[in-house]
Amino acid sequence: MSEFVYLTFDGLSRGLVYAAFALALVLIWRAARIVNFAQGAMAVSAVYVAYSVTNATGSYWLGFGAALLAGLALGVIVERVVMRFVDHSSPLNGVVVALGLVLIFQGVLGIVYGNEFLPFETPFSRDAFVVGGVAMLSRYDLFVFGTVGAVVIALTLLFTRTAVGLRMRAAAFAPDVSRLLGVSVGGMLTLGWALAAAVGSLAGILVVPTELGVHPTAMDVVFVSAFAAAVVGGLDSPIGAVVGGLIVGVLLSYVSGYIDVTVAPMAVLALLVVVLLGRPGGLFSSSKARVA
Amino acid sequence: MSGALLQVEGLTAGYGAAPVLHDVDLTVRPGEIVAVLGANGAGKTTLLRTLSGLVRSTHGRVVLDGDDLAGTKVEHLVRRGIAHVPEGRGVVTELTVDENLRLGGLWRRDRADAKVALDEVYDLFPPLAQRRTFAGHQLSGGERQMLALGRALVGRPRLLLLDEPSLGLAPKVTRHIMTLLRDLRERTGLAVLLVEQNVRSALSIADEGVVLSLGRVVVRNKASVLRDDADLRHAYLGF
Repeated sequence: MSEFVYLTFDGLSRGLVYAAFALALVLIWRAARIVNFAQGAMAVSAVYVAYSVTNATGSYWLGFGAALLAGLALGVIVERVVMRFVDHSSPLNGVVVALGLVLIFQGVLGIVYGNEFLPFETPFSRDAFVVGGVAMLSRYDLFVFGTVGAVVIALTLLFTRTAVGLRMRAAAFAPDVSRLLGVSVGGMLTLGWALAAAVGSLAGILVVPTELGVHPTAMDVVFVSAFAAAVVGGLDSPIGAVVGGLIVGVLLSYVSGYIDVTVAPMAVLALLVVVLLGRPGGLFSSSKARVA
Repeated sequence: MSGALLQVEGLTAGYGAAPVLHDVDLTVRPGEIVAVLGANGAGKTTLLRTLSGLVRSTHGRVVLDGDDLAGTKVEHLVRRGIAHVPEGRGVVTELTVDENLRLGGLWRRDRADAKVALDEVYDLFPPLAQRRTFAGHQLSGGERQMLALGRALVGRPRLLLLDEPSLGLAPKVTRHIMTLLRDLRERTGLAVLLVEQNVRSALSIADEGVVLSLGRVVVRNKASVLRDDADLRHAYLGF
């Protein structure tokens, strides 16, 4: 029983990181109809920025803030300099360009920082509180819960309550009509990329310290899990991304805990197959799915 | 040509190499309703899309109130007082009625008047007021047309570019919309460039008619004259 409780909480904590990363994928998908395969590499780049800032200043929080700002900036740069010029006549074009970006980012990071794992500490203890003999959550888990929760709430408010959010949604759904109504569609697209990259960077800085450390490929496995989470939830649905992230996180935790860590990736694939067979658009897809 | 709100001179435009519009001249004065008529493929929709910048012209000028609109971004036209209601109604179906209408006023600096204009649209179209929280895709064709038109009106335009408002609508709904356009013109001095397949209803409210054929203006005359010219109607308008 105590193992079950521990695995559940651990899974939820990891799941929230996947949720944040999946949310970033969904944001870009909604804005630009591109699955941003470069998001892991972009997030790792932001984590390296955090690593440098933290090492230089001794402050985790300055590094944390720097990672988010670096994420925003990277999103703007990638959209303005690269993605804007990708021909969207085939959905594969964006994917291929994004994969190219992965190679560039990882190559440059390897040259600058080296291809070994660099240690990155968490700001809070990762030792779980023990309540009545049962290991529950750690302080760091609570930090992850709070941060991702705050981001989800902030994004929800942004999209449902603000004029900018309304513009972003309109620009994504109906670009021509939005332009006729005075919406700067290009600007909204850039903003969407910036926000998504910042959320992706947040996921990166939350998850990297809990694993082996900073490495150019540190987010690759996270990307796979988060991509599965986004697809399970429905690529168009922010709620789906969060629920999908939690499902994938808990599933991975149970499979790793009760069966074996090495089986975990297969469990994610099995989940993908089952969900896509039952609901090809994902769990939270609207009945009228838009195609790319 | 003094007093023109919109002056189009020698406009040539199209998609790719082949022009769809050839040397089109057109004038809309303040408070005037001009109907653009013609068969399918005559270039009516392309004309409106070129005027609002969605299609780039290769030759000719579009002048609004004395200012050449060349190089004006599509998203800035609405600030100049031009509202384009595209064919197929242009309702953002994923957004609610209220969100669609608010979208029509987001560019406005005068937030207070944008709110007043939005309330006026609800008064003008009671069915919309009853469906504020409905998503666009839940509306009937007539309601969508009301929404697209209402959304344009929230911006208090001086010139409305209206593409096929009667498409797929019941005659009663079409009549309602035409009457409304006439009332709006009387009340607010709104000028309308109306593209219509439904020649009868368009000419019933228009002051002037322009007939396009294969991208050229073949006839330009008072609507009353066009209504009574049987030869012309047979030749170009099919009734």
